[in-house]
Amino acid sequence: MSKSERPNQLFRNLNAKVASIPMVLTALVIFVGGSAWTVLYSFTNSKLLPRLNFVGLDQYYRLWSTPRWLVSIENLLVYGVLSLVFSLVIGFILAALLDQKIRFEDTFRTIFLYPFALSFIVTGLVWQWLLNPEFGIQGVVRGLGWESFSFDPLYNSDIVIYGILIAALWQGTGLIMCLMLAGLRGIDEDIWKAARVDGIPTLKTYLFIIIPMMRPVFITALVIIAAGIVKVYDLVVAQTSGGPGIASEVPAKYVYDYMFFAQNLGQGFAASTMMLLSVVVVIVPWAYLEFGGKKRG
Amino acid sequence: MADLAVPLPAGTGSIGLEASGPRGPKPRHVFSRRNIFLYGTLIVVALYYLLPLYVMVVTSLKGMPEIRLGNIFSPPLEITFEPWVKAWSSACTGLNCDGLSRGFWNSVRITVPSVVLSIAIASVNGYALANWRFKGADTFFVILIVGAFIPYQVMIYPIVIILREIGLYGSLSGLVIVHSIFGMPILTLLFRNYFTSMPEELFRAARVDGAGFWGIYFRIMLPMSLPIFVVAIILQVTGIWNDFLFGVVYTRPDTYPMTVQLNNIVNSVQGVKEYNVNMAATILTGLVPLVVYFVSGKLFVRGIAAGAVKG
Repeated sequence: MSKSERPNQLFRNLNAKVASIPMVLTALVIFVGGSAWTVLYSFTNSKLLPRLNFVGLDQYYRLWSTPRWLVSIENLLVYGVLSLVFSLVIGFILAALLDQKIRFEDTFRTIFLYPFALSFIVTGLVWQWLLNPEFGIQGVVRGLGWESFSFDPLYNSDIVIYGILIAALWQGTGLIMCLMLAGLRGIDEDIWKAARVDGIPTLKTYLFIIIPMMRPVFITALVIIAAGIVKVYDLVVAQTSGGPGIASEVPAKYVYDYMFFAQNLGQGFAASTMMLLSVVVVIVPWAYLEFGGKKRG
Repeated sequence: MADLAVPLPAGTGSIGLEASGPRGPKPRHVFSRRNIFLYGTLIVVALYYLLPLYVMVVTSLKGMPEIRLGNIFSPPLEITFEPWVKAWSSACTGLNCDGLSRGFWNSVRITVPSVVLSIAIASVNGYALANWRFKGADTFFVILIVGAFIPYQVMIYPIVIILREIGLYGSLSGLVIVHSIFGMPILTLLFRNYFTSMPEELFRAARVDGAGFWGIYFRIMLPMSLPIFVVAIILQVTGIWNDFLFGVVYTRPDTYPMTVQLNNIVNSVQGVKEYNVNMAATILTGLVPLVVYFVSGKLFVRGIAAGAVKG
């Protein structure tokens, strides 16, 4: 560091460069290199081992004509849209309720957030037990005398994805609530006073003044939820293992199964490339709106 | 509440206070319609959130005959700790019947070094990015942050190949490296932002006094940023302990972390389902992050907020 003559450009700040080697390696080798590698090999017919034997878009044609993949995509869409809407709505309502200067706020917040500390495996297994048709909620209600009561999402392929959604919302809404609460606390008290002076009802104040002001918080929440949706895997594995049949399969599980069980690497790579593409489709417009918009404005 | 703080003139009762005109905020009725609605909703929602935890605990304390007869919400008639003992020491996954204890110790041996290594790397990275910018550093940082959004599935297989090449595939050390890699974006961001917010003069003064890169890091930055280290530890302990995907991809059955072993115990198709043992095992697995959560309190919230809010 303390050399007397002007040091060579490469050796300037040498310690910082050495210290950044892990970051540089991770960024280049794993994130860029790994992704490029997977995309490249998705155009090959690799089976048990990755081989550079290009077959064009064959893997993608096969992917989009596999019923299991189509079911996975449909599930992801249903799950994604619903969890996005419900997380935001429930998270915001809970935050708004907690923001009413109530007593025991810390206790309520602790209760709403604790599931977030638990893993998806634990969450999935608990809800598998609660939704067990024989002993769980359905069994209990039937035991009370309502014999025809039916609530067995995990064993009914038409509604199984909603069973997973219930568990996911239980686990994740606490986080959204916390973000929203922080956003609500960040709003100037004077806004509320002004709205009250003007005689605007509370509900309208929330809908037309507060929520538009919290746009950055909503966008952050949106990005977090969206990133979580694409990655959903453990919850499904724990709760249903993709069943009944293939009714609750998701893309992440498809990738894992084809790579490590079916020994059809090419399919796994093609499916994971589609996942990457879906993230790009979400992230790029967001980045454009966030950062491109600022430059224009 | 607030009008209690108003000093009462001697001899005036509550009526006298009212007569002297309103002072302070309007007193609220405890049982106003608003309060009933507000607290009613909150309590119902809180019960919904607590229900699964309650059912887990209650189920794990019952015997199997009682579970078959009764209802999952009823408290146990006869409390038994046998399911807990069995889950810990003799529950079966495939041919292994040594319980969750093996997974627990594997998870400890994965989590501790992963947390230490990932935080060590990320804090130095963040420090270099905040105070020792070199040409191109920000480019790598942007790649790192964008990389955090790439689905893990895209990078899983190349890492399998790399680990296989260096002979760490299937070992605990391999998994530790993987956790350090994927913890890097969020932790680097956390530390970079924290170090950037520290007064620049501090850094300059240390440089004038002749301290170098590591000297400033260890003597000034590290001691002054203990809170952010605690936040990072909380974030990483819960995150790594709860991981399933990396555990199942990069370890073998004898090195499985607790979450993977738990899933194998509960979702194994062989044998009679022992729901009480399953629930005891589930609680045991959830216990470490739950304890971290309840002990750390506000810091946990700060950690996830820091982890969640980018920028």
